[in-house]
Amino acid sequence: VSDPTHLTLADARRALASGAIGAVELTRACLDAMAAARGLNAFITETPEIALRRAERTDARRAKGVPLSGLDGIPIAIKDLFCTEGVLTTAASHILDGFAPPYESTVTAKLKAAGAVMLGKTNLDEFAMGSSNVTSHYGPVKNPWGPAGDGRDLVPGGSSGGSAAAVAAGLCFGATGTDTGGSIRQPASFCGIVGLKPTYGRCSRWGIVAFASSLDQAGPMTRTVRDAAILLQAMAGHDPKDSTSAPVALPDFEAAVGGDIRGLRIGIPTEYRIAGMADEIGALWDRGIGWLEAAGATVETVSLPHTRHALATYYIVAPAEASSNLARYDGVRFGLRVPGATLDEMYRNTRGEGFGAEVRRRILIGTYVLSAGYYDAYYLKAQKVRALIARDFREAFADVDVLLTPTAPSDAFAIGENLDDPITMYLNDVFTVPTSLAGLPGMSVPAGLSRRGLPLGLQVIGRPFDEETVLKVGSALEAAAQFDARPRRYRGDTGVDSRRGTS
Amino acid sequence: VSLDLETVKTIALLARIRVADDQLEGLARELSSILGWVEQLNAVDTTDVAPMTSVAEMTLPQRDDVVTDGRYPERVLANAPAAIDGFYVVPKVVEP
Repeated sequence: VSDPTHLTLADARRALASGAIGAVELTRACLDAMAAARGLNAFITETPEIALRRAERTDARRAKGVPLSGLDGIPIAIKDLFCTEGVLTTAASHILDGFAPPYESTVTAKLKAAGAVMLGKTNLDEFAMGSSNVTSHYGPVKNPWGPAGDGRDLVPGGSSGGSAAAVAAGLCFGATGTDTGGSIRQPASFCGIVGLKPTYGRCSRWGIVAFASSLDQAGPMTRTVRDAAILLQAMAGHDPKDSTSAPVALPDFEAAVGGDIRGLRIGIPTEYRIAGMADEIGALWDRGIGWLEAAGATVETVSLPHTRHALATYYIVAPAEASSNLARYDGVRFGLRVPGATLDEMYRNTRGEGFGAEVRRRILIGTYVLSAGYYDAYYLKAQKVRALIARDFREAFADVDVLLTPTAPSDAFAIGENLDDPITMYLNDVFTVPTSLAGLPGMSVPAGLSRRGLPLGLQVIGRPFDEETVLKVGSALEAAAQFDARPRRYRGDTGVDSRRGTS
Repeated sequence: VSLDLETVKTIALLARIRVADDQLEGLARELSSILGWVEQLNAVDTTDVAPMTSVAEMTLPQRDDVVTDGRYPERVLANAPAAIDGFYVVPKVVEP
């Protein structure tokens, strides 16, 4: 195998199974690619010793003919929001300085038990709050598709931007992401990869640093739809340690990939054709509709009337939950402590210095909407509108099997853009937030290039716990789109981003 | 709504986040703008709509109330900025 980092996860799995390549060899190729691409800043922590140790064990198991699973020996990256035992876990926040969890998250424990090789922890927006990765305490991630024609570096999207960049640049065969309002799907769209947010409850939240607990959900980020199905299979499943984890059986996700979509009913929500939508986004959407029709699906218009209120609902619910979840960072039990004369002063100093501007903004908004006298007007109202948004989806799914929408309203923007006004940044999630509020599965599939030559994704949304139909339709889109473009900074393509890594 | 500086100070105190005085005004502007934007929800008729508190339409599972974990205080305290004799150390909270 000439350059194994170009393989899909499914192909790497086959190469390992046939003995064409060993896990150590595969892992070394990824570690070399990571070193050459350090300029992307995709990783906060690289774990080469752990990776090679696990890969050696894989090779020993495979030599004896007893692999743990098909994933045994596959190198992957972990978003630095998953607690990993004894390995620095930062959530990209100053306030978690030096935190090495004494336990392993359920999702990463499952991946480990399947034999997957952890290459390192990927960069993200601080506490997963952002759509650009610029709020990371460890600096922004660069999109491997950049820089743009004007020379400016591009964001990879967020919050799972490090994972998206690492997958797009061929540094790993897949990565874990988390999605609260679009944090898997929007970076997948910006980086030209597949990102799947499963149904709320499909993957355990245990051991994932919490942002907004009624919305947070882990999912796979990969280069193909089949790879996403394979990785999801290993991540998902009921976990008694998470009370919202769904006690439902797992289907064979991979079996759905490439399935026949003839007769499936595809819904096109009219309200997603938002005023001022970029022409090329609308055109891409129309192409996607055409592809699915050509593959034998029927397409009909549906209405989700409360769509336009989803973002405002989200920006009450998510900050409220965040303000409560982030109360635990107090300088007492882990991470940063900034001294103070009294306990209260120590709390305030620690949190004042430890949280970045966006996190602070959201905690304060959350504190306000939950405070006495405002709870009903803001939080309770948002919960009621959220019920209407969820009802819209339920009614639509009475008539159709999946929905097709764009993933994001634009292609990747430049680092530093959209920072003047927080609300402008929030608009990035206009197509992904409603799905999150309703807890539904959604997947972004790369579907084409913008005029600037940057990737654009289409989103497939499914019924609760029907990731199979989402994967089936996603693979039909993938087959029709024939998206084989690769980022300019795909490994070894340019010396620009490798300078920092090799010096 | 437009939050005044006193309100921002109060919220920051409730959230236990120190905010420098010279940042209060900018913060008040940002928070007011976000709150003004989310107030669009007032236009939605939610009469007789029950608030959605969870996506999962299920009864919260209950486990047996037994100890299943523990007895390793040194591991629990390993990440503490200050610990001594099996306890977290914080600034004095009781005056002599």
